[in-house]
Amino acid sequence: MRHTLSILVENRFGELSRIVGLFSARGYNVESLTVAETLDPKIARVTLVTTGSDQTIEQITGQLNKQVRVLEAVDMTGFKHIEREMALINVTAGMGPARQEVLSLAGIFRAKVVDVSRDGIIIEATGDWAKVSALIELLKPLGIRDIVRTGAVAIARLSEQTEGETADGEINEEELAV
Amino acid sequence: MAALMERSSNGFAEAEEPGERPQLMRGARILCEALVEEGVDTIFGYPGGAVLHIYDELHRMRGQLHHVLCRHEQGAVHMAEGYAKATGKVGVALVTSGPGATNAVTGIANAFMDSTPLVVISGQVPRKLIGTDAFQEADTVGITRPCTKYNYLVKDVRDLAEVIREAFFIARSGRPGPVLVDIPKDVTGETAPFVYPESVSLPGYRPSLRGNLQQVKRAVDRIKEATRPVLYVGGGVIHSNGSKELLELAEKLTLPVTPTLMGLGCFPSGHRLSLGMLGMHGTYWANMAISESDLIIAIGVRFDDRVTGALDKFAPGAEIVHVDVDPTSLSKNVRAHLPVVGDARSVMQQMLALLPDDDRVTGARLSDWWEQIEEWKRFAPLAYEKSDQVIMPQYLVEELHRLTQGDAIIATDVGQHQMWFAQYYRFNGPRQSLTSGGLGTMGFGFPAALGAQVAFPERQVIAFVGDGGFQMTAQELATAVQYKSNVKIVVMNNNYLGMVRQWQEFFYDGAYSHVNMQWLPDFVKLAEAYGAVGLRATRPDQLRGVLQRGLTTPGVVVMDILVSEEESVFPMVPAGAGLKEMVLG
Repeated sequence: MRHTLSILVENRFGELSRIVGLFSARGYNVESLTVAETLDPKIARVTLVTTGSDQTIEQITGQLNKQVRVLEAVDMTGFKHIEREMALINVTAGMGPARQEVLSLAGIFRAKVVDVSRDGIIIEATGDWAKVSALIELLKPLGIRDIVRTGAVAIARLSEQTEGETADGEINEEELAV
Repeated sequence: MAALMERSSNGFAEAEEPGERPQLMRGARILCEALVEEGVDTIFGYPGGAVLHIYDELHRMRGQLHHVLCRHEQGAVHMAEGYAKATGKVGVALVTSGPGATNAVTGIANAFMDSTPLVVISGQVPRKLIGTDAFQEADTVGITRPCTKYNYLVKDVRDLAEVIREAFFIARSGRPGPVLVDIPKDVTGETAPFVYPESVSLPGYRPSLRGNLQQVKRAVDRIKEATRPVLYVGGGVIHSNGSKELLELAEKLTLPVTPTLMGLGCFPSGHRLSLGMLGMHGTYWANMAISESDLIIAIGVRFDDRVTGALDKFAPGAEIVHVDVDPTSLSKNVRAHLPVVGDARSVMQQMLALLPDDDRVTGARLSDWWEQIEEWKRFAPLAYEKSDQVIMPQYLVEELHRLTQGDAIIATDVGQHQMWFAQYYRFNGPRQSLTSGGLGTMGFGFPAALGAQVAFPERQVIAFVGDGGFQMTAQELATAVQYKSNVKIVVMNNNYLGMVRQWQEFFYDGAYSHVNMQWLPDFVKLAEAYGAVGLRATRPDQLRGVLQRGLTTPGVVVMDILVSEEESVFPMVPAGAGLKEMVLG
């Protein structure tokens, strides 16, 4: 199962390697990894996505928490949280219907066009892993030259009870199925 | 003589009196002063280019810091570990960059697996050369990251004192372990004021000592109700100095006690409540008791695969109370029904506080259980075929026990000799058994014994090793003789890599592949070449005399004991089998 781990760690050299080493030493692949400083520049937030049995993830989360410089490691999968990643997608789209198709898909997914040339478009798409993956699947037949995904970042919900996301219009699963 | 000469004329520094401290110090001096602050008096090490400044300061401070010059960095770290295990203090090793550090890795990994507190200082090439493939450069923090509790690369001399303070704190607190501090040569040469921090600030590191009281209460209630309880105890009891509490707990409740290999001595082996070691080569009755129990009280143990056998067959009817200072040990291999995070001693104290003196629960209640255990014991006692032709290895251990009365500090390597020792030597107390448990390192025993002997010059310290393992670190004989050690080495010489041979006999149709030591050195002459005494016993009637002479002769003595070549260790739980599926021999 896919797990999103959120780790607060002292922002020092070598700590990231220590964290990643816990996965590689067990033969587990890290699907995505993002690191950046928090409000306190001495502390960094690592968001790491991996796949493994619940027991394995529990053991790794324990090992992470045991690390001297790790302040907190949480498996977000067990909590209500918001997860986002960004993808930059370079799509083949010459003049004509192909370009219209790409633009229309981008519109449905509320993705931005960030660059355009005679025969291609670069789209910036944001969403959770499933949404970004869905857009990529839809764009594939049109010809994707290159994609770069940031990997997920995640933050806990304000309240466990909060349902649905606010204003700036997330597309729900039903719409995606179109 | 050197101590009396002036540095200016000939380069020899005068040994300084304690307390003489310059205002600004170079990093090397800060390191030494910090070690003194931590109460270190002995360092095991090996010099080299990157640690020259440090050795210069060590020379100056030789009145306060005793440095033992080893013959190989692996030996240095094993010695530091033997010293640490025997004393309970943090062991310190000092090695140079590159090969010095890589040679130390086996020792560091060994200490990591067996939770031994060590601080290993390694030299590094100067900062500006890091990453240039400089002479004797290795990425030491990278190499040791997975086998240390924590490690440091010190990039600023002003951080050095604080790093050393933290290193010792991390090494000895919580679940102890090795910490490596890598110091570039130029950092040891730069100067800074020496301020030793009063405390450490590690917001992410707060090991808990005391257990959650509710959990402890529940555990005690379960113990009072259990009808087939077993105390399964290990190295955590020794690390936390909890032997007294364990004895009290076991006696108060008449609980059977089975120690792991790492726990040997944490409970007196000859005690009526002791079942002996459990696991792959444990006693039949300890393994049966664990398998049939309704409550396992596991304290300071980690359910190692050599203990549990096949996990799906492990103690099917038992509820498990698991006490450990390391939360990741709980439910790692076997699910704990009642996990308690806390150090063994503190939690046992909490348990005892919940058991009033008049609360002598058990006796009668457990009588059926004890009767059953006695029956298992009668069914398959530890036994071997006696011989008056060849020395049986078990007999060798029994003789060593008789001659030392279970009071010696004994270090072993890994393999058959180690298992026979665990079975037949009855340790009276903790910190007497020094063995390589987790990593299973050949060559550990002799340097570890030497390290323990440095800590306790007057005690009987014995390295009990095989002919294979001894050859891996035999060069430390030079160290032993140089420092006028009294360490004794008993080589259980069966001319084989015995445990591997045993597995080849049982599981590979007896095809002995590269396990026969077709050429062994003459260990007596080897001892003599190093300036030690060498003795040999080849027949059972010579054994006692040789051991007696060897153990009482002052100085370093190597006793080459030729034992039955193809004897196997029994009982045995084959790999993949359950604890009840023992081969009794």
